[in-house]
Amino acid sequence: MNALLRVEQVSKHFGTRENGVTAVDRVSFGVAQGEFVSVIGPSGCGKSTLFHMIGGLVAATEGRIDVEGDAIRAPHPAIGMVFQEESCFPWRNVVDNVAFPLELQGMARAERHERARHFIDMVGLHGFERNQPSELSGGMRQRVSIARTLASQPRILLMDEPFAALDEQTRLLLGDKVLQIQQELSQTTLLITHSITEAVQLSDRILVMSFRPGRIKREIVVDLPRPRTSDAVVSPAFGAYVADIWNDLRQEATLGLAAADRRRTSAA
Amino acid sequence: MRFAAPLSGIMVLLALGGLLQFAIQMDFISVYVLPLPSDILASLPRLVAEEGVLGRFATTAGETLAAGLLALLVGLPMGLLLHRSLRMRAAFEPWVAALAAAPLILAYPLFLVLFGRSPATIVVIGFISALPPVVLKTIEGFAATRRVLLNVGRSLRLTPGQEFRKILFPAAIPQIFVGLRLALVFGLINVVGVEFLINLGGLGQLINDLAERYDLPGTWGGILCVVLVSIAFFTVLDGCERWLRRRA
Repeated sequence: MNALLRVEQVSKHFGTRENGVTAVDRVSFGVAQGEFVSVIGPSGCGKSTLFHMIGGLVAATEGRIDVEGDAIRAPHPAIGMVFQEESCFPWRNVVDNVAFPLELQGMARAERHERARHFIDMVGLHGFERNQPSELSGGMRQRVSIARTLASQPRILLMDEPFAALDEQTRLLLGDKVLQIQQELSQTTLLITHSITEAVQLSDRILVMSFRPGRIKREIVVDLPRPRTSDAVVSPAFGAYVADIWNDLRQEATLGLAAADRRRTSAA
Repeated sequence: MRFAAPLSGIMVLLALGGLLQFAIQMDFISVYVLPLPSDILASLPRLVAEEGVLGRFATTAGETLAAGLLALLVGLPMGLLLHRSLRMRAAFEPWVAALAAAPLILAYPLFLVLFGRSPATIVVIGFISALPPVVLKTIEGFAATRRVLLNVGRSLRLTPGQEFRKILFPAAIPQIFVGLRLALVFGLINVVGVEFLINLGGLGQLINDLAERYDLPGTWGGILCVVLVSIAFFTVLDGCERWLRRRA
């Protein structure tokens, strides 16, 4: 595969060798141009650590991450990040939030607002340009964050559970929006998630991670027809993928739960 | 609707004034303890015409403004420095907090020796008393900036200067302005107090003079003018905060 993003034998240890924790252990995969790949795993499997390493916010202890051969040692201009937590700037209205990356590029106000409106329309927030983030719902605020990242025109859209805080219906509908955008822009996307339905709904490939230390346990190619919408969730094929991934994840999630119980017991 | 809250505040004040007027007229409160609110209001034209209250208002406001600006110019970089360096913060933050509790005004003879019986003494005491809230609230504002907002900036490869101007400072503006409001209150109290004690300058000196003449309505009128200085500063600060947040 001719990968745009390549992750090779990447590990991350926290603390010392003797007393530390290995969050991510020798993870390798690639993402091709225009592909939508999801990384799924139980809580505590190192998904977010992987997200921060690919985004260049955290250094890998071992291994190499590169974009077309250009090693990532700091945030890379080809990668646009969407964070799990709500990340709109509360002092800026919607259009100024989305125009933020363009403002940094020194683009004139009128031009950057015009460009920002294009991405605001794309995420379905037409008419909310002058609203403050505090006037929007959680789902709308995450769409503002996505539009802001898209405005920087990244070659790779890297998202860390962007809809984690939202209810299931909103997640499915926003999934439709992401699919629509991805198809419209042929946007190469890497999604970190713990939602099986979200991963199957959106992805070309799904990488299942094991519980700590996080390793790639299995790769699943999702062979559902495109263009896809949330209607696909009722199809038998969709259900089969969900059941198959859940079989893998159940074991890992049980390990995660047991580890959390042990921590609680020792703390008490 | 925009003016509903301020209007209701004014209505409550007027009602309280009416209640006091009634209580004093009924002799529930002695007129030698608290003059009639109507007499206090009636004293204001006299204070303007005979006591030069407008000039004194400007003097006190100017001294307080100078103290506040100095506190801002010194306190903002100091707060940023203490926020950036954990070691310096651990070393100095308790001392800054302790300074906030110190009754500095009692040390006015020392400042008189250093700066003479001049506005400099008043401004310096105002400045030192206004400094701790600016420093402490600036640290609090910068420290409370959400990690994810800084990560957005890092992912967009902001320079340290851009990170400060575009994220850290705007995020800290509400706390910095809380510090500034407190600074102006502390500064104003100390400015008026020193004016009163050294019998120099603006409204503090006027209140001293009127109290010595047993002009109780005038004294309370002078105190009302001090409150007006405070209201003027709060109004201007509100405008500045809104303007800055729009520009950020």
